[in-house]
Amino acid sequence: MNNLPFGLPPRAGLGLKTEHFREVLGSQPDIGFFEVHAENYMVAGGPFHHYLGLIREQYPLSLHGVGLSIGAEGPLDSQHLKRLGALIERYQPQSFSEHLAWSSHGPVFLNDLLPLAYDTATLSRVCEHIDHVQSTLKRPMLLENPATYLAFERSTIDEADFISEVIRRTGCGLLLDVNNVYVSSINHQRDPLAYIDALPLHAVGEIHLAGFAEDIDSLGDRLLIDDHGAPIDHAVWTLYQHVLQRTGPIATLIERDNQLPAFSVLHAEAHQADELLLHARGRS
Amino acid sequence: MSTQAAFAAALLDPRLNCPEGLFSANGADPASRFAVYRNNVQSSLINALAHSYPVVVQLVGDEFFRAMAGVYLLGNVPQSPLIKDYGHDFADFIQSFEPAGSVPYLADVARLERLRTLAYHAADAQPLNQEQISAALADPQTLSELTVELHPSLNLLTSAFAVVSIWATHQQDATLVGIDLEHGQHALILRNALDVEVFVIEPGASAFVRNLQNGQPLIQAIESAPAFDLSQTLALLISHNAITHLHHNKVSP
Repeated sequence: MNNLPFGLPPRAGLGLKTEHFREVLGSQPDIGFFEVHAENYMVAGGPFHHYLGLIREQYPLSLHGVGLSIGAEGPLDSQHLKRLGALIERYQPQSFSEHLAWSSHGPVFLNDLLPLAYDTATLSRVCEHIDHVQSTLKRPMLLENPATYLAFERSTIDEADFISEVIRRTGCGLLLDVNNVYVSSINHQRDPLAYIDALPLHAVGEIHLAGFAEDIDSLGDRLLIDDHGAPIDHAVWTLYQHVLQRTGPIATLIERDNQLPAFSVLHAEAHQADELLLHARGRS
Repeated sequence: MSTQAAFAAALLDPRLNCPEGLFSANGADPASRFAVYRNNVQSSLINALAHSYPVVVQLVGDEFFRAMAGVYLLGNVPQSPLIKDYGHDFADFIQSFEPAGSVPYLADVARLERLRTLAYHAADAQPLNQEQISAALADPQTLSELTVELHPSLNLLTSAFAVVSIWATHQQDATLVGIDLEHGQHALILRNALDVEVFVIEPGASAFVRNLQNGQPLIQAIESAPAFDLSQTLALLISHNAITHLHHNKVSP
């Protein structure tokens, strides 16, 4: 159940791409919500704000950050937090989310979501940073589980337990990225169902679904890359159904950032998710 | 060195080894997994540059561009999570990048593309309409003290090359045939409503617009610029919604 104060509707949503601004406004598709990357809208004016303003008048909005670096060893970037606050003030999104990852080290921004060593020191730091975000933005945030490619010898806490403890201590919600669950479970030889069942599913405020790319590592084993550049894999749809059985209907984003297809293709994936959400509603 | 310091350093410098303390659950060489992160970082930044400088990519080809961007990356790691600003000084780098020396206009094309990006995202401002401007210009009492405020997206570029023609042909068939490359051009870049527009203007008109941007009163801006067609230049500024305020400033003694 979604107990966040300004929750997204339990429908399928799409990432809003600049290529689709005009089509969305022109055809007003039946989409539950749109999600944007916060950093793309940290500009003074012009078409991005023009179109987002018009689309926001007609659809619920999820603001998804990719640059706050919540897992960084150093303090949060207060300027960046201020920019996020201004966007939230302007667009009043139903949800704000960020990642369990780091992307900045000191002044250097690495433009990727990098993995964390899960130990008590990281746990305290991540919780402090989330407390800082939530008190500055005056709203709860959702934290997204990561897709990772390697692990740290230093880690002493299981990822699902780490996330559960962060949620318990900070009161933030969970953005459950089912593709990330699958990608990480293959890459780390984990059981994705056991991982999901170990998460605090009562705190899920949004679900992400996406496609991955496939590589092989030095042993010739499958190595999955979270590239948001392909249709959602069958295995991810199956996991998604498992999640919905546990959570009931939850706002679900179809993420596609690369190899962008026509809007109609994304709309069809959203429709597929909506059908499953409808089923979940019937059951709950 | 902290875990993240070592990780960050090795991401940015391919000559460094995979950091210590990493492993893969299946026992695979962690370096093969670390390579995914390194590739993500490098390619995402190079892609960001390619996205910001599409005509530069066309002019030198994808392979050369990616190699050049890789060299830029080594000395210019991003300092902000606003990745749209990454490569704001890429033109200066290109200017001094010797392997690109055979394309002498490349840096100015990059400058033009950067100004287009800046114009696209510049602050919004309501332009004055033709009637408001005509009324202000018709009053001889105040004309001498009139200052003109231009749209925040408006910028100028002076090039020793036919930078606008080179850029424009790459919006279509990308042929440089028939362009006198060394015929210098003065460009005016602005955003008109939602569209970024690029014009070639006379050298005197460019000086006049620069004077206005520097806050000179209209009459002074005209008089201190080399000869140019004033009515044509004003018509361009007015019809493309470039004038946002007219102030009747009393010049302080």
